[in-house]
Amino acid sequence: MSLFDHPFMVSALLAGTGIALACGLVGYFLVLRAQVFTGDALSHVAFTGALAALAFGVELRLGLFAATILVALLLGVLGKRGRADDVVIGSVFAWVLGLGVFFLTLYTTNRSGGGTGNATTSVLFGSIFGLSGGQARAALWIGIAVFGAVVAIARPLLFATVDEAVAAARGVPVRLLGFGFLALVGVTTAEATQAVGALLLLGLLAGPAGAALALTDRPYQGMVISAGLAVGSMWGGLLLAYYVPKLPPSFSITAVVTVVYAAAVVRGRLRSGQGQVAVTAA
Amino acid sequence: MPGNAAWSISWNVVRDIQEMWSLPSMVNAYRAGTIIAVTAGVVGWFMVLRRQTFAGHTISLAGFPGAAGAVLLGIASGYGYFGFCVAAALVIAYGARPGNREPANESALTGVVQAFVLACGMLFVSLYGGFLNQVDNLLFGSILGITDGDVILLAAVAVAVLGAMAAIGRPLLFASVDPDVARARGVPVRLLGALFLVLLGAATAEVSQITGSLLVFALLVMPAATAQIITARPGLSLLLTVLIGLVVTWAGFAFAFFTIYPIGFYITTFAFGAYVLAYLVRGAGPVLAARVSRLRSANDAARAASAV
Repeated sequence: MSLFDHPFMVSALLAGTGIALACGLVGYFLVLRAQVFTGDALSHVAFTGALAALAFGVELRLGLFAATILVALLLGVLGKRGRADDVVIGSVFAWVLGLGVFFLTLYTTNRSGGGTGNATTSVLFGSIFGLSGGQARAALWIGIAVFGAVVAIARPLLFATVDEAVAAARGVPVRLLGFGFLALVGVTTAEATQAVGALLLLGLLAGPAGAALALTDRPYQGMVISAGLAVGSMWGGLLLAYYVPKLPPSFSITAVVTVVYAAAVVRGRLRSGQGQVAVTAA
Repeated sequence: MPGNAAWSISWNVVRDIQEMWSLPSMVNAYRAGTIIAVTAGVVGWFMVLRRQTFAGHTISLAGFPGAAGAVLLGIASGYGYFGFCVAAALVIAYGARPGNREPANESALTGVVQAFVLACGMLFVSLYGGFLNQVDNLLFGSILGITDGDVILLAAVAVAVLGAMAAIGRPLLFASVDPDVARARGVPVRLLGALFLVLLGAATAEVSQITGSLLVFALLVMPAATAQIITARPGLSLLLTVLIGLVVTWAGFAFAFFTIYPIGFYITTFAFGAYVLAYLVRGAGPVLAARVSRLRSANDAARAASAV
């Protein structure tokens, strides 16, 4: 029986591909803009949004998307030029996390009895093998849409990232781009939470992007490498989880991302070491 | 039991406190809370000053796989907390070396470390196949069942961490405020930074045993952020940090005791309230001063006009 005969595996591969494409590209800009902490904060906000939705009995995805996009824009408002200070971000999301615990209690006490611990773990750690066909297709399309949107604004966003002041002087709408980008990060976070969980999506955002930065200095090449590595790690992780059922898929995906990142950093360091040796020799 | 209907809150605060402290476990909770508020406050103050919130958050999350791994192996969870938090601190300290060109690389490393340790925690929990309630406790903490032995251990760790902080405090402050000048004056900036991260790891390992891995960060960042908004003087703001941490923790414990809602919600909410208040007061200060001076000048003008 082949891998593709299992509907859950096909769904996981479809959803995973879309999510990895979006995470790889969005993550590249997050790392380049030194905003990984924002992604970290939003992943915790996703937890609160999902639990609030559960507590009030509304659609889980509504809570996810509303919470992450709103807080993403709020973080933009709090900082100068659409970027918040790390300490402000930390204080805001620590509190949002406290709210999440509150909603968790609300949800558990209202439902008195079974199935409650499950909700926490699936929000925090994801359940990519539990996606239905419809959810998987939605994840794929949302992922492709985010990917397309980032590609569309890639040029001005890159300019605004590398040299904000010059970009602003040349008429690039730096602030607007910052907000648009944050909203895209919010969408990506909400979407990825359903697959790999609120706590692990940071690996998909930071890992492939960090690896791409270690491998190349050229931005467009870096974007392609980052998205490619994200999709590759996703597939590798899913296959690993399929053949070793003891491993939860979220763990195997994150483990593959970590290995890829470590390998890229070691390679990058060796290469720059050789470069230095060559320079001293010359 | 917190949240038990038998313990009802009244307007008589003294009676409420007596009632709460009639339980030995609550007395121990307050002792433990006091110790962790002071430790987290002091370490967190330096963390906020050095703008290392991302690193601090990642190190504090490393307690989760540590504790889960210890449960899996059947050893005391304290070892797991310390092992993983300090290991994460060392990895991040290694990544923060000066050869690393950009802050971007450092933040990518921190993000990968965070995702990886959490994934390990998840793996350990699923291998253990145990009770999901325990996951909630590891992540969100519990103030129940703190024994005398726990308190003594917490106190010992706190003394060690605070003693080390006192020993490196002055050069660390110098290195945090102006690393270039400090380096030129022969202060071992990088060594101090690594040492600080290890102390941060030890402190978070200690605190997460009570508050859970997800909420340590609140105690680390919010009191310090509030105090640094209020005043720029190091000594005073350090003192304020500890005070705010203590008040927030004590009040959080009391509210958690008398209601069904969890400790983490109250502590984060009170701390965030203090932070927002400080932010607003600082923002309102200049506006108010401007308004007062405008009123005064208008009064002067009116007086001058009436005199004419």
